[in-house]
Amino acid sequence: MRFIHSGSTGRRAAFAALATSAALVLSACGGGAATEGGGSEGGSGSEGEQTITFIPKQLNNPYTDVVLGGGEEGAKEAGFASSEVVGPLDASASSQVSFINAETQRGTNVIVIAANDPDAVGPALEEARTAGAKIVAFDSDTNPDYRDVFVSQVNAKDVALIQLELISEQIGGEGEIAILSATANATNQNEWIKFMEEELKSNPDYAKIKLVAKVYGDDDDTKSFQEAQGLLQAYPDLKGIISPTTVGIAATARYLSTSEYKGKVALTGLGLPNEMRPFVKDGTVTEFALWDPAQLGYVAAFAGKALADGDITGETGDTFEAGELGEREIGDGGIVLVGPPTQFNADNIDDYDF
Amino acid sequence: MSLDSKSAAPAHTTPGHGRPSALGSFLKLRELPVVLALVVLVAVTAAINPLFLSAQGIKDLLLNATILMILAVGQTLVIITRNVDLSVGSILGLVAFGTGSIFVAAPNLPIVAVFVLGMLFGAALGALNGLLITIAKVPALVITLGTLYIFRGISNAWAGGTQYFAGDRPDAFGNLSVDTFLGFPVITLIAVVVVAIVAVYMLGTRPGRDLYAIGSEPDAARLFGIPVQRRVLLAFVVNGLLAGLAGVLYASRFNSVGATTGSGLELDVVAAAVVGGVAIFGGSGTVFGAAIGALLLTTITSALTALRVDKFWQQAIVGILILAAVVIDRIASVRSARKLRIAEARNV
Repeated sequence: MRFIHSGSTGRRAAFAALATSAALVLSACGGGAATEGGGSEGGSGSEGEQTITFIPKQLNNPYTDVVLGGGEEGAKEAGFASSEVVGPLDASASSQVSFINAETQRGTNVIVIAANDPDAVGPALEEARTAGAKIVAFDSDTNPDYRDVFVSQVNAKDVALIQLELISEQIGGEGEIAILSATANATNQNEWIKFMEEELKSNPDYAKIKLVAKVYGDDDDTKSFQEAQGLLQAYPDLKGIISPTTVGIAATARYLSTSEYKGKVALTGLGLPNEMRPFVKDGTVTEFALWDPAQLGYVAAFAGKALADGDITGETGDTFEAGELGEREIGDGGIVLVGPPTQFNADNIDDYDF
Repeated sequence: MSLDSKSAAPAHTTPGHGRPSALGSFLKLRELPVVLALVVLVAVTAAINPLFLSAQGIKDLLLNATILMILAVGQTLVIITRNVDLSVGSILGLVAFGTGSIFVAAPNLPIVAVFVLGMLFGAALGALNGLLITIAKVPALVITLGTLYIFRGISNAWAGGTQYFAGDRPDAFGNLSVDTFLGFPVITLIAVVVVAIVAVYMLGTRPGRDLYAIGSEPDAARLFGIPVQRRVLLAFVVNGLLAGLAGVLYASRFNSVGATTGSGLELDVVAAAVVGGVAIFGGSGTVFGAAIGALLLTTITSALTALRVDKFWQQAIVGILILAAVVIDRIASVRSARKLRIAEARNV
């Protein structure tokens, strides 16, 4: 397993954790725990000195970088004393646990997390909450028992439906389609896939579309590439592929554009405009969708601030200000929506830079 | 491995050096089971799903194997000397990201120059491994486990969240993995040339034979006057060079190169070599076998996907193959040891 601690070295983090716990034991405050930027107040959020830490599914993922960019901007504007990003390099179920534990020990006030597995992170998050931290899930939800609010890109159902609309349009409303997803237990992807399956069954417009396979590329370029290959070989009549993950759609696009299937098999899903631009221009991909990922992090930071200040508790109906994006309301199940997805095609893709 | 004291030729049974009958030595090839397995696998899969052997299907099979093949050839040199290099995945990652960076920094650099730079970079990293092992006299397993993390750490620090995409590289470079020549993708031909060159070197040159001697019995090799340290260093440098080549090809073939490119690849490489009949304790095996082993492993993945077998079974099947290879190797070495004993008894 390879872990990375961006911002501070492991040793420094260990020192900070040690210093923090020592300070707690001695009941010393302020001056006693002279830790680096990400220092802490041992739980209870006192004014002005709050800290926020983002734990993405994995570091060094271009989509995550855009989300985190928005998150750090939001954290600054919301008034956090410091914000940090820590996380694993592989998007496996248990890889986030040790990072959550470290944040608990440091006494971070707000932990913003995109869960690789809704339950695997549960016990660690429980512990963090007991220690006084507020938990904001973003991008990919944890089990609702373990977090205060969930900041969702958009309504999960809208995301699912828009991808179905796009593929249906591109394959002319009938034929076999397949889904190439991230990991087999990714919360957000699985939710979208569930909505897609339901819609395919219930909506008469999609009666002639048959979902023949769901495969998982684990958000790994090489694996996604091979899974795309396998799909086309195993299903010779395949008309289209939906890849609701930025790594998957780019890898599939690369394979299609370099094979005889280019232009014959439709591809859509969720992708980053910068990554997909060449494939839209060369005709491999007609249209795909995504929300503005930066807004996701931005709203999550403000939600975290409102929670830490005690302005909201995560109840349905609570509202908070999300900087320049205006007021947001917490909906059913503690979910905050960010905005509608955008569709990208040859006409508008050059207008976006993320 | 047992070594006949009279016939100083340090090798184990090697293909081509058929003494009795051509057919007999062919049947004794260690690579034979792997080749057979490959043929059966392809035949069965194609019978069930004819698309498996369509033009595009064959192209995909060859492309999938290319990078692993080159890595397995390099790894074979190292394993034959009774060492191992676990850092190849990280070397590949560094070079692949380096390749992406070069094209962004100097878009007009000739592609050949990029290949040379990538291979030199890989060779330098391989030399570092080799020097640490020969000078410090610490087992390669430990040293390269360390450099696996060091190189990966460097690439994480260097790349961060940056990724370079196929669109950032010249089309001519990406087309190396798309265009075919006589039905073979260009990068696969590069791999075939690499296998051929290294195979000839291992079979027909003194330093190549020395590597087998070192792996068979390092002390005897030293007494015999073989410059053991220099040869081991050479094996690591060549392995690094080939990992560098594989890194450049990775950047040609896949969409993105970044901090995590190539992680976990080292175990596939070692598995390919072992399945291809390269004895993990050194001294025997051929680069041809390792290349076929790589082809077999990548073909299994493709075959199981084409047959719609759950991918979670794939790893288990690879594991079974490794065990089978080890058992076959063990039986072969027991048998050849017995034969040698009988032959010696008769010669006296």
